[in-house]
Amino acid sequence: MDIKPETASEIPLESVGVPAPEGAANLIDTDYQIGQDNYQARPLGVSIDIHGAVFAVSSLVILGFVVLTLALPEQATDVFDGTKNWINSHATWFYLLAANVFVVLCLGLILSPLGRIRIGGANATPDFSRLSWFAMLFAAGMGIGLMFYGVSEPLSHYGTALGGTSVGEGGVRTDWAPLGAAAGDPQAAANLAMAATLLHWSLHPWAMYAIVALALSIFSYNKGLPMTVRSIFYPILGERIWGWPGHLVDILAVFATLFGLATSLGYGAQQATSGLNHLFGIGGGDTTLVLLIAGITAVAIVSIVAGVDKGVKRLSEINMILAFLLLMFVVFVGPTLLIVTGFFNNIANYLGELPFLSNPFGREDVNYSQGWTTFYWGWWISWSPFVGMFIARVSRGRSVREFLISVMLIPTTVSIFWFTAFGTTAIKQVQEGFEGAVTAELPLQLFVMLGELPLTDITSFIGIVLVIVFFITSSDSGSLVIDTITAGGKIDAPKPQRVFWGVIEGAIAIALLLGGGLAALQAVAVSAGLPFTLLLLAGCYAIVMGLLSEPRPGKP
Amino acid sequence: MFNKIMVPVDLAHLGALEKALTVAADLSRHYGAALCYVGVTTSQPSAVARTPEEYEHKLRAFAHEHAPDSGHEPTARVYNSHDPVTDLDDILVRAIDDVGADLVVMATHLPTHLDAIMPPNGAKIAKHTEASVFLVRPDAS
Repeated sequence: MDIKPETASEIPLESVGVPAPEGAANLIDTDYQIGQDNYQARPLGVSIDIHGAVFAVSSLVILGFVVLTLALPEQATDVFDGTKNWINSHATWFYLLAANVFVVLCLGLILSPLGRIRIGGANATPDFSRLSWFAMLFAAGMGIGLMFYGVSEPLSHYGTALGGTSVGEGGVRTDWAPLGAAAGDPQAAANLAMAATLLHWSLHPWAMYAIVALALSIFSYNKGLPMTVRSIFYPILGERIWGWPGHLVDILAVFATLFGLATSLGYGAQQATSGLNHLFGIGGGDTTLVLLIAGITAVAIVSIVAGVDKGVKRLSEINMILAFLLLMFVVFVGPTLLIVTGFFNNIANYLGELPFLSNPFGREDVNYSQGWTTFYWGWWISWSPFVGMFIARVSRGRSVREFLISVMLIPTTVSIFWFTAFGTTAIKQVQEGFEGAVTAELPLQLFVMLGELPLTDITSFIGIVLVIVFFITSSDSGSLVIDTITAGGKIDAPKPQRVFWGVIEGAIAIALLLGGGLAALQAVAVSAGLPFTLLLLAGCYAIVMGLLSEPRPGKP
Repeated sequence: MFNKIMVPVDLAHLGALEKALTVAADLSRHYGAALCYVGVTTSQPSAVARTPEEYEHKLRAFAHEHAPDSGHEPTARVYNSHDPVTDLDDILVRAIDDVGADLVVMATHLPTHLDAIMPPNGAKIAKHTEASVFLVRPDAS
């Protein structure tokens, strides 16, 4: 449609909720129109509006993956194990190095003059208040993982660190202890365990999210490109991002997101099942698992249909309150003084060990760095398109510096507090002679730890509810993000498409759990994350180029 | 009978709106009612506009082009939404109050079995407002 500036301005216009004029920004000059390659139709009364290539390739490959995994579970297990082992032994250095690059770039941008650039143009104002912005940042990032690993990871590292090192054939270490372990010294082992855990939950994951979110924000709000992953690569690929190179980027992002999500959903389902078994004696087994995933997915679909404001936002708020209550309960009923002093202690431990724990080369603690760190980096990176796009959608109007400080430091602080509360409490229980949590299976360790505190039934039940609601919110917001990517960056594509992706996520989680269990989840997370890590490294260059081409405001 | 007619407009699907726009213009002439076009946009670039300002601009131009010859210059009103697919009903219900409309003319699709789960916007709005709502369906052919 033609714009007629002279006549148009004569029309009285009442503007509601639209940000004021945004000031200087540097739109990229492209003829591409969002949705121009989309396929729109209304078969059987259902509207669809999808990017033909991206949707077709990604949904067909995923469906094929689900069917094959379910049809050939034994072969699938072998493939998953093989892939995971290969990546662990060959690509660990690459994962660790890339993650360090992300952290350094984020810290560098905070300090550089580029930090003054504002997302959405020089005069853009934030869409959300600071408080609800912080809440959404945190709710998006970790969720189920905090529940699953809050107790079990510190305990694992504590046990292995205390056990000391052991060397097998060929001089390769066979123990799982981080760094040089701390044989026979409970205090040193506890410190090392917390530092080794926090490495996986603090600056590094949030730097990955921040990179994706910042790139999407800059290229969408400031450059006017569609909010989809291919837009990040405009400085590198130019107009080619609208063709197959761009399709490929988006397809990889969909794979990464779906498998990262399925990993979390698989964890959530396992933990909820073992929690229900622990609390009510409901049988474990595959049937419960499948029914649970199906049931939770159904609830998630209701939430998807209800929309962001009525669905995921309300559920996130409920979850924040429940998580906060559980955290406060552990803090006050558990070893309060130890947790409070431990918080500062752990920050110091973490920062002190950070250079060694994040070192990509010449590591002797192969099992820790390959088995734990690589898995986490793969998992977080495969989550990053999802969390990054969610953060980008709510972050218009923040300056780059404010954005990075908030996305990196606030969740990091909360993570450290969470792990201090749950990990320190669990480690203290072990040091006082309670071996229950250590010997329990991973998904159960949280509930066994809570079992040592009063009001077990109530807190365990809250724990299960938290896992389930985190599952629902992840599935809901994940469907939203995947739908946007497969609709060529349209955020107003028809609802049934979101429902489709919600169902697919549940299906993948079921397929993976039946076709290989936890190992399968970890294998797909590290495999799906690997190609996306390469893309993200290129994305770092694109961010810097994108920011350099923005008009820079003067000093305030 | 009617003083102000509100017409929700989706600039991305103008083809589907043509019939409703004609009806609204005819009614506006007939009753001498003022027209107000309401659009919903996002902070993110969309198929219609790359910034919210560009969307405003396009809606103004649209309103000017679709002014009925009744002497009333139409107004335009833009709402910003983070999730227009699901927020649309609520926004339009609010807009009816904001605009002070006593008649809403909007396009809708033919009824389908899926409406039970995901009701069309027009039907939901009629349920939640006191204003009259005129749903304009496409020709059955």
